[in-house]
Amino acid sequence: MKPVLEIENLRVGFADGTAAVRGVSLKVARGETHCLVGESGCGKSVTALSTMNLLARGARRSADVMRFHDYDLTSLSDRDMARLRGDKIAMIFQEPMTSLNPAYTIGSQMAEVLERHRRVSRAKGLERAADLLGRVGITAPGMRLAQYPHQLSGGLRQRVMIAMALMCEPELLIADEPTTALDVTVQAQILRLLQELQRELGLALLLITHDLGIVARMAQRVSVMYAGQVVESGSAEALFRAPTHPYTRGLLACVPIPGKTPRDQPLGSIPGVVPRIGPGFVGCAFRDRCAHAEPACGGTVPRRTVAADHDAVCTMVPA
Amino acid sequence: MLQFLLRRAVLALSVCLTVLVVAFALTRLSGDLAVSIAGPNATSEDVATIRKNYGLDRPLPVQFVDWAANAASGDLGRSYLYRAPVSGLIRERLPITLGLGLSGLTIALLTAIPLGILSAMREGTLLDRAIGLVALLGQAMPSFWLGLILVIWFGLKLQWLPISGVDTWQGYIMPGTVLAFSAIPALMRLTRAGMIEALSSDYIRTARAKGLSTASIVLKHALRNAAMPVVSVAAVQLGFMLGGSIVIETVFALHGVGYLAWESISKNDFPVVQAVVLLLAMIYIGLTLLADTMNAVLDPRLRAG
Repeated sequence: MKPVLEIENLRVGFADGTAAVRGVSLKVARGETHCLVGESGCGKSVTALSTMNLLARGARRSADVMRFHDYDLTSLSDRDMARLRGDKIAMIFQEPMTSLNPAYTIGSQMAEVLERHRRVSRAKGLERAADLLGRVGITAPGMRLAQYPHQLSGGLRQRVMIAMALMCEPELLIADEPTTALDVTVQAQILRLLQELQRELGLALLLITHDLGIVARMAQRVSVMYAGQVVESGSAEALFRAPTHPYTRGLLACVPIPGKTPRDQPLGSIPGVVPRIGPGFVGCAFRDRCAHAEPACGGTVPRRTVAADHDAVCTMVPA
Repeated sequence: MLQFLLRRAVLALSVCLTVLVVAFALTRLSGDLAVSIAGPNATSEDVATIRKNYGLDRPLPVQFVDWAANAASGDLGRSYLYRAPVSGLIRERLPITLGLGLSGLTIALLTAIPLGILSAMREGTLLDRAIGLVALLGQAMPSFWLGLILVIWFGLKLQWLPISGVDTWQGYIMPGTVLAFSAIPALMRLTRAGMIEALSSDYIRTARAKGLSTASIVLKHALRNAAMPVVSVAAVQLGFMLGGSIVIETVFALHGVGYLAWESISKNDFPVVQAVVLLLAMIYIGLTLLADTMNAVLDPRLRAG
């Protein structure tokens, strides 16, 4: 089946010379959850924002392929891209507390989406908004529509953001760390909600997270990002069963597994931080933090197939 | 909302009272009023008579209560200079000053807000810097000078606009422009700063993710949040324009409240001075209340807190 979103060799550079994304490729199919994992600063959010064409001014984006259905996102005008955003592609963000406009009611901000893309009346928009608020588990939707963001808790605001993203029944939902700012019980509710909605609407979900617990629970496919590159990708099952890249293994070692991780030993950790990558960088960006680093890591490291539907960028993978 | 307004109104009322006391006290501190009314050639008996007739021999608190009670009922006393009721003098001149102030503010807002928005949207570009430079020049230009330049060009050389008086609405354009010039830089910079902050906020990213048009993003979502400090400062600027337009009223030969104030201060016509100070203070208080109310309409969080 043709993927809903297909990206090949995406590169994003900032004005200061930083290469934030260096050749990311990924695909998301209908009804599938693709998790983009990695630590802060690895380029996950930039990848997501590039897809939406919402990068800050001064950032340059290029890609061999960037396709949403039959739309070529690389050549789409700003105007046409704006018509796609909020309609067929929607996005929710990490910061529910600040992502809603404090000056307008929930109802106004939700209805606006439908008014813009479907040219319907305010009343129709509010009706749909109330439906969706109910759908995302908000009680008394009528009352909430008339409220302002500051009258709602963080969890409620994130539900509003999700409901707002669904106003036009998008085919692709990009969720950038949607539960990071929320407490654990609310996190679980939001994730369950996303799963239900996905099943029901056949959403293609690109879920960005640094939390492997969330990946294990949500993902069918996983791409592990490090320093602007996808260092390992594959089906969630393959990746958890046979993690190959030392970075992926390092990430997994950081997470305790009840009943498996020995109680009397410290959890794994990866020393150091993600390096800043300038132009012209060659080799594996992880080599300075890697226990298995060898001279070959300083040269160009090719992407190699580990198994069917599972590949990694590492010299340890046999060619 | 009602509670918010009520609280503000109580606050405004207490400020009013304070202003009454200060306005009264200032005129009594500026010398023996009976002497200045009587003039240089008066005998001490004349002064004593005047003091008695004007009630200046009574204790100050009594004089104050008397004056305040009269002022509250609209009787602001009589001018010694014009030998006419103060309220009438002010009523004649107030429309001119109001017209001047409002045209000044309108011109200022219509210039400063679009420039501020443009500057914010093109932050750091040549255009942004050019706008900032023009604003700086505007601030540095003395208003009497700008007024005279305008009179020479548009009044005398091109003869597009009347050089004095406000018999027609065109008469307000030049003095309004001069007044506006002093307010534009501050309003422009506030708009710019507010818009830059608003445009980089998370809710604007959301608005863009919703696919809204640029016009809606900038004018609906960002401007409303950037407008609050602009509203507050515009209110103060209008108060300043109403009270501080003496120079401009002189340049354009307009007999407004500013001119009246200057005249009465120099002649120690204290009932007029008191009345003008009181009037301007009331206008300031009224404008602040208006600005607070407008901000509460703009930002729902203020209504609760």
